[in-house]
Amino acid sequence: MRFAPALIVRRFGLPHRRIPAMTRAGLPAAAGLSWVASATAAPASAGLGHGWQDALNSAGPQAAHIQDLWRLMLWMCSIVFALVLAAFLLALWRAPRSRPDTAPDLEAKQRPEAGIRRTVVTATVVSAALLFVLIVASVWTDRALARMSTSDALHIDVTAHQWWWELTYDDPDPSRQITTANEIHVPVGRPVLVTLHADDVIHSFWVPNLAGKKDLIPGRTSQMQFRADRAGVFRGQCAEFCGVQHAWMAFDVDAMPPADYEAWAAAQRQTPPAPSDPLLARGRQLFLSSTCVMCHNVAGTTASARKGPDLSHVGSRRTLAAGALPNDAGSLAAWIRDPQKIKPGNNMPAHDFAPDDMKALVAWLESLK
Amino acid sequence: MTLRDAAAPVDVNDVPPSPDQVRSLVRTWSDPPGWLGWISALNHKTIGKRFLCTAFGFFILGGLLAAAMRLQLARPRNHLVGPDLYDQLFTMHGTTMMFLFAVPVMQAVSIYLVPLMVGSRTIAFPRMNAFAYWIYLFGGAMLYVAFALDIGPDAGWFAYVPLSGPDYSPGKRVDFWAQMITFTELSGLLEAIILIVTVFKLRAPGMTLNRVPLFTWSMLVTAFMVIFAMPSVMLASTALITDRLVGTHFYNPAEGGDALLWQHLFWFFGHPEVYMIFIPGLGFVSTIVPTFSRRPIHGYPAMVIALIATAFLAFGLWVHHMFATNVPELGKGFFTAVSMMIAIPTAVQIWCWIATLWTGRLNFRTPLLFVLAFFFILLMGGMTGLMLAAVPLDLQVHDTYFVVAHLHYVLFGGAVFPLFGAVYYWFPKYTGRLMSEKLGRWNFWLMFIGFNVAFFPMHLLGLAGMPRRVYTYPDMQGWGRLNAISTAGALLLVVSVALFLVNVWRSRRHGEVAGNNPWGGATLEWATTSPPPAHNFDAIPVVYSRDPLWDGAPREGQPSHVGGLAVGQREVLVTTLLDAEPDHRPVMPNPSPWPFLGAIATTILFIGSIFTPWAVVWGMVPVAITLTAWFWPRKRDAAAHLALEQQP
Repeated sequence: MRFAPALIVRRFGLPHRRIPAMTRAGLPAAAGLSWVASATAAPASAGLGHGWQDALNSAGPQAAHIQDLWRLMLWMCSIVFALVLAAFLLALWRAPRSRPDTAPDLEAKQRPEAGIRRTVVTATVVSAALLFVLIVASVWTDRALARMSTSDALHIDVTAHQWWWELTYDDPDPSRQITTANEIHVPVGRPVLVTLHADDVIHSFWVPNLAGKKDLIPGRTSQMQFRADRAGVFRGQCAEFCGVQHAWMAFDVDAMPPADYEAWAAAQRQTPPAPSDPLLARGRQLFLSSTCVMCHNVAGTTASARKGPDLSHVGSRRTLAAGALPNDAGSLAAWIRDPQKIKPGNNMPAHDFAPDDMKALVAWLESLK
Repeated sequence: MTLRDAAAPVDVNDVPPSPDQVRSLVRTWSDPPGWLGWISALNHKTIGKRFLCTAFGFFILGGLLAAAMRLQLARPRNHLVGPDLYDQLFTMHGTTMMFLFAVPVMQAVSIYLVPLMVGSRTIAFPRMNAFAYWIYLFGGAMLYVAFALDIGPDAGWFAYVPLSGPDYSPGKRVDFWAQMITFTELSGLLEAIILIVTVFKLRAPGMTLNRVPLFTWSMLVTAFMVIFAMPSVMLASTALITDRLVGTHFYNPAEGGDALLWQHLFWFFGHPEVYMIFIPGLGFVSTIVPTFSRRPIHGYPAMVIALIATAFLAFGLWVHHMFATNVPELGKGFFTAVSMMIAIPTAVQIWCWIATLWTGRLNFRTPLLFVLAFFFILLMGGMTGLMLAAVPLDLQVHDTYFVVAHLHYVLFGGAVFPLFGAVYYWFPKYTGRLMSEKLGRWNFWLMFIGFNVAFFPMHLLGLAGMPRRVYTYPDMQGWGRLNAISTAGALLLVVSVALFLVNVWRSRRHGEVAGNNPWGGATLEWATTSPPPAHNFDAIPVVYSRDPLWDGAPREGQPSHVGGLAVGQREVLVTTLLDAEPDHRPVMPNPSPWPFLGAIATTILFIGSIFTPWAVVWGMVPVAITLTAWFWPRKRDAAAHLALEQQP
C-alpha cells in the first residue's frame, strides 16, 4: 500500500500546498498507551502524519482544546496504567508458587491485614482523586469550547441527506445566499456558526481537525461553532450510521485566506451563463430535457429541484458523490452511467446516454465552475 | 408446607444417606429418557449445559461474522462484501454478541453453577428455566434463519430511529431484530427471577448472605440489573414494532413523536447491559484469583459493596452514549462525573485482587492466565473509558474506531477472557475431566496476542478519524495499513477459538480425570462429584464459613449436613433470606413437556406478529392452552405432597 501525499494529490487533484504539514506529537504519545503500541505505532505515525481527517492534527481552537485534554488524559492514564500494572506484575513476581494441593492460607482470615488494607484504601483514594482531576479538566475544556466567540460569525446551514450534505450560506440579502453541496469553504480566522438539520435519518457532522462532532436529528435543530486558524483542506465525514451508504458521506472543509474566500463566494453567487460553445449548449439541452431536472438545481435554468445536490457550480468542486469519486470528466461520466455500481443503494438512478451525448453532458457540467 | 413446628430444628444427622437412598435420589432427580424426556428435561445441569452450548454456538457465529467484516476492511475500497451485506454483518455481530451471547452465556453458567455453589438440589422454578431456554433458542434461531434468507437486520444493533423506522427500513428486516429483542428479553427476565429466588431462598443452611460466594453475588447483582434495565428496551422495541406494524408514531417527529426517545430508552438499558456482562466477569475473577492464590479473597465486604455500587452507578450514565446530541451543559457534567465515578468500585476490586495475589501463593494454570490477561486488557479499556467519559474528547472519538477498540477491551477483556478462564476452571466439574493444559496455553497466548493486535490499532484509527460502521474507506492516511494489522489479529483470534474448541472436544473424552476438586477450590460445587449426580448433593451441606471447603468443618456437636428431606420426591429445603435458616420444604415440579410446547406456542405468536397484528389475538389461544396444561395440578402429585407434609 502506498500513502505518499502524491497519491492523495492525484486522486483528489489537490495542489501540493494545501496538504497540511506533517504532524506530530499525538501519535507517538499514543504509543505510550502500551507496549503493544511498539508493534503498531511506527508504521501508523508514518501514514497518519498527513492527517487531513485527524483529531490529533488540530487546525482551530475547538480541536486544539480537545487535543490538549487528550494529552492530559493520555499522560495521566498512561502513568496510572503503568503503576497499576507494575503493582500487579510485582505481586505476581514476589508471591511464592503453589500447587492445587497446597494448603490454603487460612490465617489470612484471622490475622488483621492492616498494612494491606491501608495500601488498598490509599490506592483507592488516590484513584478517586485522580478521577476528580480528570472531571475538572473535562468540564473546563467543555466550557472553553462553549465560550468561543461567534460574533461576526459566518452562518452556514447544513442539511444532511442520505448520503450527501446540503449547504446554505446565510445572508440577510437573499440574492447573496449561496447553496452548494459536500464542500464547505470558510475564511481562515473567522468563526463559523453551523446550524444543523437532518432531512431523513440521524447523521453526524464531524470535521476532526476543526471540532468534535454534532448529531443532526430529524425534528430538531442544533448548532456548533468552529474556526479554522490555518489554511488547508480538512475532510469531514458522517459519523452516525445512516444507512447503506454511510461510508461515502464525506465532505471537505476548505479553509482559505479571507481574500480567496471572498473570491470563491463571489463566483458561487454568479449565475452560470448560457454556453455559446455548441458542445456545451448541447450538454445543457440534454440535461434540461432529461430526468436530471427532477432532482437537481442549476441556477439560471429551468432545473430547480432540490432533491439532489445543487449543481450550479458542480465543476468547481473537488469530489463527486460526497467524497466517493474525484471530480473529473471520466468519473462524472461513470457516475451518471451507473451510480449504483459506485455507491450501491444511493438515490440516483442510472442514465445511459449515448457516448456523444454523455460527452456533451459531462463537458457542460464540468464547465459549471 | 411449612414445618409443622417452627421452633423445632430441622432433623439433622451426621449419617450420610445409604446407597439405597442415593439410588432413589438419582431416580427422583434424573431427567426421563427418550425423546419425550429430552424435551421434558428440567434438571438445571441439563438446561445449563444446553444453554451454554447454544450461547457458545452464537459466539462462534458472531465471531465468524466479525471475521468476514475484518476481511472486507483489510484494505481500502475492498469489494469482498457489499454495503448491504456489510450492514447486516455488523448488525448481526453486535446483536449476536450483546443479546444472544454475552448476557445469556453468563446466565447459562450460573444456571449450572449457582445451585451447586449455594448447596441446593435444584434451581428455583425449573419449568420456567426450561421455558426460558427454549424461548432463547427459538429467538436466536429465528434471527439466523432470517439472516440466512437475506432478510437479516441491517440498522445496527442499536437500531436508531428513524433509520430503523417504517420509512427508512421497509421490509421485515428490522422486525426480526425487534422481535428477537422480545424473545431474548423474555428469556433474560425469567432467568433473572429464577436466579434471584435461587440465591435468596435455596441456599444451604448456614450460608448467610455474607458467606455467599462472590460469583453468586455477582450473578445476584446482575439479575437485579436485568430486572430494572430490560423492561426499558422491551418497551422501546415494542413501540418500534407498533410504529412499523400498525402505524403508531412514537418515534416520528413529523407526528409529534421523538427520535431521541428511542436513544434514551435504548441506552437506559444498553449501558447497564455492559455491566450485566462485565459484573459476572468480575465474579469469575473473584472466584479464580483466590483458588489459584491459595488464600481467601482480600476484602470480601468491599468486593460485595463494589459490585452493588457498580450496579447502581451503571443506571446513571446512559447519556454518555448521546453526548453528540443536544445535551444541556449541566447534564453533560453530571453524566461525565458518574461515568468516571463508576471507575472507583472497579478500582477497589482491582486493588483487592492485587492484594490477594500479593499475599497469596500462586499456581499459574490456564484459568489464572486468562484472569491475569483480564487485568491488562480491562485496565486499558477502563482508561479509554475515562477518556470517553470526558465530553469534549468523546465528541471527537464517539462513533469512531476508538470506541470499537474501547468496547472490545472492556467486553472482551472484562467478560470473555474471564469467561474462558471460567470454562477452563469449571470444565472438570461439568465433565469430570480436565482440559489440556498445553492446548490451553496455546489458546491463551494466541488469544491474548491476537486480541491486542486486532484491537489496539483501532485506537489509532479512531483518532485518525475513521468512523465506525463503514463498509469501506478511501486509501488515505495509513488507514489501510492499520486495518490490515487489525485483520491479521482477528485471524489469530479465530485460530485461538478453534484451538479452544479442539481442546473442549478432545478433553471431554480423553482429558485427565479430575476428581471432585482438582484445583483445591473453596466453594460448595467442589464438594460433590464431577460431574455432579442428578440431585447434586447426596446430603445438603450445612455451611459454617465463607470458604466451606477450606475451613468449614463443623465444630463438635454441630451437624455437617441436612437430613430428613424426602428421597422419593423432589423435596428441597428453603431457607431464610439473610441468615439461611431452614424455613420450608416445598416439592419441586416433575419433568414436563409443557414448557417446551409453551415455548413453541409463544414463538408462533411472536413470529406471527411480525407479519400481522392478528397473530397476537389468535396466537394467545395455543399459549393459553399450553400454559393451562403446564399448571394443571395432578391428583397423584398433590396426594404425594400431602403425604409428605403429614409425615416428614
